[in-house]
Amino acid sequence: MAKDESGALARFGVTDRDIEQALGRVKVSNVDYADLYFEYCQSESVSMEEGIVKRATKSIGQGVGVRATAGEKTGFAYSDELTSKDLNIAADTARYIANSTQGTAPVPVTHRPALARNLYPHDRANVEVATGDRVTLLNAIDAEARRYDPRIKNVMAAYNTEYKVMLVATSDGVMVGDIQPLSRLQVTCIAEENGNRQVGTFGGGGRIGLEYFQNDQRYLQFAREAAREAILNLSAVDAPAGVMPVVLGGGWPGILLHEAIGHGLEADFNRKKTSAFSSLVGKRVASDVCTIVDDGTLPFRRGSLNVDDEGTPTSRTVLIERGILRGYITDKLNARLMGIPLTGNGRRESYQSVVLPRMTNTFMLAGESDPEDIIKSVKNGLYAVSFGGGQVDITNGKFVFSASEAYLIENGKITRPVKGATLIGSGPDILTKVSMVGHDLKLDEGIGTCGKEGQSVPVGVGLPTIRIDEITVGGTKA
Amino acid sequence: MTMTREIAAPDYTHLAQDLLARAGKHGATAADVMVADGETLSVQVRMGAVDRLTKAREKRLGLRVFFGQRSASASTSDFSPDSLDRFVGETCALAKAVVEDPVSGLPEPGHYAAECPDLNIYDATKLQTDQQIDLALRAERAAFAADSRITNSEGGECDSSSGRIILANSHGFFGHYANSSFSLSVSPIASNDAGMQRDYWYGVNRAFSKLESPEAIGQEATRRTVRKLGARKVPTGRVPVLFDPEVAGSLLSHLSSALSGYALYKGASFLIGQLGRQIAPEFVTIYDDGRMPGGLGTRPFDGEGLPTRKQAMVERGRLTSYLLDTYSGKKLGLPSTGNASRSIGESPSAGPTNFYMVPGTTGPEQILATVKQGLYVTDLIGFGINMVTGDYSRGASGFWIENGELAYPVEEITIAGNLKQMYATIETIGSDLVFRGRIASPTVKIAEMMVAGN
Repeated sequence: MAKDESGALARFGVTDRDIEQALGRVKVSNVDYADLYFEYCQSESVSMEEGIVKRATKSIGQGVGVRATAGEKTGFAYSDELTSKDLNIAADTARYIANSTQGTAPVPVTHRPALARNLYPHDRANVEVATGDRVTLLNAIDAEARRYDPRIKNVMAAYNTEYKVMLVATSDGVMVGDIQPLSRLQVTCIAEENGNRQVGTFGGGGRIGLEYFQNDQRYLQFAREAAREAILNLSAVDAPAGVMPVVLGGGWPGILLHEAIGHGLEADFNRKKTSAFSSLVGKRVASDVCTIVDDGTLPFRRGSLNVDDEGTPTSRTVLIERGILRGYITDKLNARLMGIPLTGNGRRESYQSVVLPRMTNTFMLAGESDPEDIIKSVKNGLYAVSFGGGQVDITNGKFVFSASEAYLIENGKITRPVKGATLIGSGPDILTKVSMVGHDLKLDEGIGTCGKEGQSVPVGVGLPTIRIDEITVGGTKA
Repeated sequence: MTMTREIAAPDYTHLAQDLLARAGKHGATAADVMVADGETLSVQVRMGAVDRLTKAREKRLGLRVFFGQRSASASTSDFSPDSLDRFVGETCALAKAVVEDPVSGLPEPGHYAAECPDLNIYDATKLQTDQQIDLALRAERAAFAADSRITNSEGGECDSSSGRIILANSHGFFGHYANSSFSLSVSPIASNDAGMQRDYWYGVNRAFSKLESPEAIGQEATRRTVRKLGARKVPTGRVPVLFDPEVAGSLLSHLSSALSGYALYKGASFLIGQLGRQIAPEFVTIYDDGRMPGGLGTRPFDGEGLPTRKQAMVERGRLTSYLLDTYSGKKLGLPSTGNASRSIGESPSAGPTNFYMVPGTTGPEQILATVKQGLYVTDLIGFGINMVTGDYSRGASGFWIENGELAYPVEEITIAGNLKQMYATIETIGSDLVFRGRIASPTVKIAEMMVAGN
């Protein structure tokens, strides 16, 4: 990585001296911490619909964000120009919160650690896939989905890649860089039969390249999965309404954890005591079959990072251990103000946004139950295996997530598919109702994007099959 | 703002023309260029002190090229001559790699916006940092002062921004406009033995002088927050549902998505084939008005350079228009409606400008009085909307209505139905239309929906 980092610096066209001077300008005595975040990001998208690969877009962005924190205050400025003049203007703006004249002594940036690991080694050529290769892949997806069933009337697919080079220099004297590739392939199918139209989607990706989608012709599996869900929904009946037991399948249904407890355990909300989880550390918030972690160190995963956007190596943080709340996920500002450990969860969407404590890959560890036994244990309820998005109100803890593929459980058996329905519950309460956890932990396919304060970052989730004894299901059938 | 001097239009005229010429040299048969530039100052305060200050100036350029009927788009924030040269070359290479699309192309000459009327969307007021800090602090202070149950705060925020858009194409169209936005919001937290509740209130306007006072915003935020304390679930059942104007706007937002030409031609809208049909009761009329003076969705021309206009989308309950750009219009055999929306560096899509429901004559309290038992919704969360089928299921909170009055706050419930049916069974619309965004609605009462709770 050392070679890449120097390459990154050269690309940003700034010298060590520029960086040390700008840091010195902003890091005055009453500023606790300052950093400069340089970013170059190139993203490309090729998409297909109606059997034609008709859209290709490319976006190039680069810039620098300068931040100063003093007590609870944050001063922040960014610029898409990288001259030392622009750097200094940004530094002066960020310093405004400190009510102080500019610093004069440069801050030496002496510690330049090599990355201890590379979670996503890649060949750049394999991330920046040639447009022609993308076209070939998307055409094959269209053909495969239509071959799956003639009732598939339209196929939409997009192959998106992002190649991000970041470099962060901090007033602690540390400078570290990373190259963060990201790919995602998404397929949507529309099925039609006798005027009934239904949609099915499937997608996946991670910090990986084209070979991931080509292995075992995974891209064709994506096409079949999207087609299968659309066809299945043609026969879906109205979802039930009311409180009932719900079995969640493994993988992406882990969005439950992200919404119900993950956001509530981000340190900023707890420092401000605006979270329903404030001051619950050490208390029981889940049944003792539940152990939940946030882990940014899983190779090639969408939510993983070698270092977070403040240069802190990511880690595995136990959030809930056998039902007891253990800790929060933190960035530097909140760890310092709360006097709690730094977990490497300081993330930002881009140089244009401030760092916030954010999740990486959040999942529940496997339990001991057999997934089939979990389903058999439910007399009448819902079995949900795929979801759209979710949302939470941090303060009152109420969260929702919406099923896109779900079935009725009748007398311990999975029977008919039901239409999508939103599930709603209360974060500090819902996991106390988890009575069975399967041994089949699965991580999601790599499609999650988390939004907070208008910033989007890629994340992962995971879940084994679990039984929730009761949760409100928002169907239309009484 | 002084910014207009700094980014004098002639510079970008030259840049845009230069890019079009370079695209031509690479063999592009047609092209368009969009340049945007802007300045933002955002101030967040919390518990009476500055929490975060963000200041930025940004610029971005988007290029779309055509090689016959193949096309690609790209954007960059790097305007240096060497980078731009490479950028044009790469964009052209991208276009050559995709498949021919017989419908693609720029709008025909003769249809472009001829003039850029002054639509009152730019206010040159330049706020000082300390002035914005003061406004945000006053809004938060007013929220705390309004009720002793406000014990905490997510903070107050005051933002100002201004920007300029330039669009030029190889058919000779050149247009530009500037706009501005000022906003102020506060999000107080109330607590009692029953727990914590948060809500917020805001003002947003293109003209600083028309922004509501921080005191009015703070007081309203507190009123909305404290009334949620002690919220509980209600039993599952079918009842009439009232949407307050904030959440009623989301029903119009879903309607505008379903009317987008792109959703329609892809078969991804529940309103396919409904043009000319009755989709709502006779008293429902909905407009899209791109020329509304001072509107947050107002602009003189759309993302392709075609003039914006005011048009009825739903007239006396009948669906009278889709939202179209040139491409989606051609796919549906219809002309553009001047609704091309455009992110820099993307090809156009189709979307609303100022999209609103004409208010009725019934006050919201009068509507409430008609409900014996029902739900008054003030907040919705989640994404449980299927645009292909119109199936609708979202998390909700608000108030339970008993005998025409708000009885107690409710939360942790869902409301479910189907949008097509919901529009068709609108029973009453309120007289309380206020523009607080690009999409606006008065209070709406829907005859019956499934509420899931206990």
